Amino acid sequence: MGKTYQKPEALSDAYTHYCPGCTHGIIHRLVAEVIDELGIRRKTVGIAPVGCAVLAYNYFTFDFQESAHGRAPAMATGIKRVRPDLMVFTYQGDGDLASIGISEIIHSANRGEKFTTIFVNNAIYGMTGGQMAPTTMPEQRTTTSPAGRDVSKQGMPIRMVEMLSTLATPAYLSRQTVIRPKYVMRAKKAIKKAFEYQVEDRCFSLVELISTCPTNWGMTPQESIDWTENTLLKYYKLGEYKSPESTEEA
Amino acid sequence: MAKILMKGNEAIAEAAIRAGCLNYFAYPITPQSEVAEYLSWRLPEVGGVFLQGESEVAVSYMVFGASACGERVFTTSSSPGISLMSEGISYIAAAQCPAVFVNIMRGGPGLGGILPSQADYNQSVKGGGHGDYRMLVLAPASVQEAAEMTMMAFPLAEKYRNPVMILGDGLIGQMMEPVEFSEELIAEPSNKDEWATSGMDTRKSDKRNLVKTLYLVPEELNEHNLFLKAKYDRMEQEEVRFVSYNIDADYTALIVSYGTMSRVCQTAIDNLKDEGIEVGMIRPQTLFPFPEKAVLDAASKEGCKVAFSIEMSMGQMLEDVERSVKGRCPVRWYGKCGGEVPTPEEVVDVVKSNI
Amino acid sequence: MQSEVMFAGFGGQGILLSGKILAEAAMDEGYEVGWVPSYGPEMRGGTAYCTVVIGDRPIGSPIIKNPMHLVAMNRPSLEKFARIVKPGGVVFINSSLISVGSGRDDIDELKVPATEIAKNLGNERAANIVALAAFVARSKIVDFEVLKKTVKAEFAKKEKFIPLNMAACEEGRKAASK
Repeated sequence: MGKTYQKPEALSDAYTHYCPGCTHGIIHRLVAEVIDELGIRRKTVGIAPVGCAVLAYNYFTFDFQESAHGRAPAMATGIKRVRPDLMVFTYQGDGDLASIGISEIIHSANRGEKFTTIFVNNAIYGMTGGQMAPTTMPEQRTTTSPAGRDVSKQGMPIRMVEMLSTLATPAYLSRQTVIRPKYVMRAKKAIKKAFEYQVEDRCFSLVELISTCPTNWGMTPQESIDWTENTLLKYYKLGEYKSPESTEEA
Repeated sequence: MAKILMKGNEAIAEAAIRAGCLNYFAYPITPQSEVAEYLSWRLPEVGGVFLQGESEVAVSYMVFGASACGERVFTTSSSPGISLMSEGISYIAAAQCPAVFVNIMRGGPGLGGILPSQADYNQSVKGGGHGDYRMLVLAPASVQEAAEMTMMAFPLAEKYRNPVMILGDGLIGQMMEPVEFSEELIAEPSNKDEWATSGMDTRKSDKRNLVKTLYLVPEELNEHNLFLKAKYDRMEQEEVRFVSYNIDADYTALIVSYGTMSRVCQTAIDNLKDEGIEVGMIRPQTLFPFPEKAVLDAASKEGCKVAFSIEMSMGQMLEDVERSVKGRCPVRWYGKCGGEVPTPEEVVDVVKSNI
Repeated sequence: MQSEVMFAGFGGQGILLSGKILAEAAMDEGYEVGWVPSYGPEMRGGTAYCTVVIGDRPIGSPIIKNPMHLVAMNRPSLEKFARIVKPGGVVFINSSLISVGSGRDDIDELKVPATEIAKNLGNERAANIVALAAFVARSKIVDFEVLKKTVKAEFAKKEKFIPLNMAACEEGRKAASK
């Protein structure tokens, strides 16, 4: 009998630096599996954000660029425009994509840039030590909202996928999570679709993945999974928001 | 090839294409929008990439991304836009990617004005973004030179794997002069397989490439900075360019001036000669590296009683002139910053009242 | 030797184009040339001017305080710039739109109803070419035949305007010799 399960070729041997209970590791693996399955590793360029995933390139075995905070979609635009044959993806957190880089992601999506974005949303700034993000939940305590997010002063959390799905150009927009095995399989399917659409030379694709941050939420990994399910997923609804098929039907 | 009458902005655009750069990202801003307008039809004609980005910030990263793939790429802007791009320029310098930035300067600070200025001297020469980095800065004084420097800029950027800036004032962009393009084609850089994230398929080696700027270990970051410094030192050894004017005369005063301002000074020097007053001039063509030795030698000449830094900024280049002159003679400043270019008559008066 | 010509008028009168054509004609004759526009806020307010510098050696300062000649297409331009022209220069006045003179007796004043002439030719927009031709005929700053050749080349992509502009050249020359 042959091997039925092994480390994807696109994934390196590096030990993880992510915290216990963080879902970056699972998402990295899903991306690597999809890249292997599509056989595109040798023509893929990834772009790391500023945030916990800034060192994402340590876990992958293909070309990588490291961006400035929020600018990954602009870099991806630069690559894809001059080298349309490359498979390009950005890997961004919620501070990076929904705060400082909101302009870059909206315009890239709207121009229909032909790259893929993996958007990991855990409703907080992780790397800088748990500050409030635009995606932080109402009354959620962070180091810059110690009394909880006050929506009368900070507004409600931004739902990026919903916002982007008002644009006519993007090909594929989906929100998933990886907090339980049943979700992981669906998330992989979405990530695979997002990359496949790029292989097919379709416009912009993005998968948002609702993630955890036990360290900065002040929870155990188990508590953080429950909080994600009971709080985050109530506000950030999972599902496919836009696909080439749905656009064609409309 | 016959001479064509062209605006500086258009000459820069055409020169880039002839230098083999077919990738351009930009955001409109006066007084350099003609570059983007020209390339918006010209690049598609030659199968190139033209993209108007959503902001100068985004544009600098489009340039970064394309450059990190090992492709020739450039952008153009004017002062406020360069301020926004300075973030990206710092990253590009840190990541050691070759890219060309053109700044057709307008008056500042803030929105300032849209007329010619040289007030971004420090921003360009001393590094407008964060961290210890340098750009190689070329300062054209004519449309012809703007075209030549654009063609030079790409191989220089590739030689040093560093951003190169062409620093022209608004008049260099807006003025029309005859221009003749060199037919010489510039070879592609040969070492990009070693660093460019061009996709592993395009390379012989199985090593993946990584373009990054984060060094969390202090010793490693220091090492990186020392490496960069060695590169900038090498530029100072190998890339100093300048033109001297009336330098063989027995002059009593020396002018240091660049860009459009230097042409005004040249006319003033001719007029002073008619009155029996000899003045020499050093015109830096590279602002970094600055022609320190040329300025020192010229200021040290017997009979030279005073040196002038004449610039359309409030004494920014003056600091480099003073540093170079090393006290051999007093150094005076003259300039204007509102968008009016000082006239030859003004320069004549300034020289006369100081000798 | 160096000579400078300032072209001034309303935006839309073809001021910048007149300057460009003169610069190209002079370039064809082997001169060093520079075309320096005003691109400041005034270009948005309606008046436009540019200066063409023609010389037999590389041009130093592109900033000209006192031009040798002036082509004024409207009254504000004449009033603003007539006094800065060097003695002995030609001051062209588009008398269709300017009812006054330069007020100077040390220059060669050339009054031509350029707008009217162009209207009679069937297109008011050719007034700038009438003026340019009249100015060149009087100042002899470039050879008239070279000028005509340059005008023709300028309209190569809009061929139907060539007869109009050739006629404008001839009418301008005639008006200058009156």
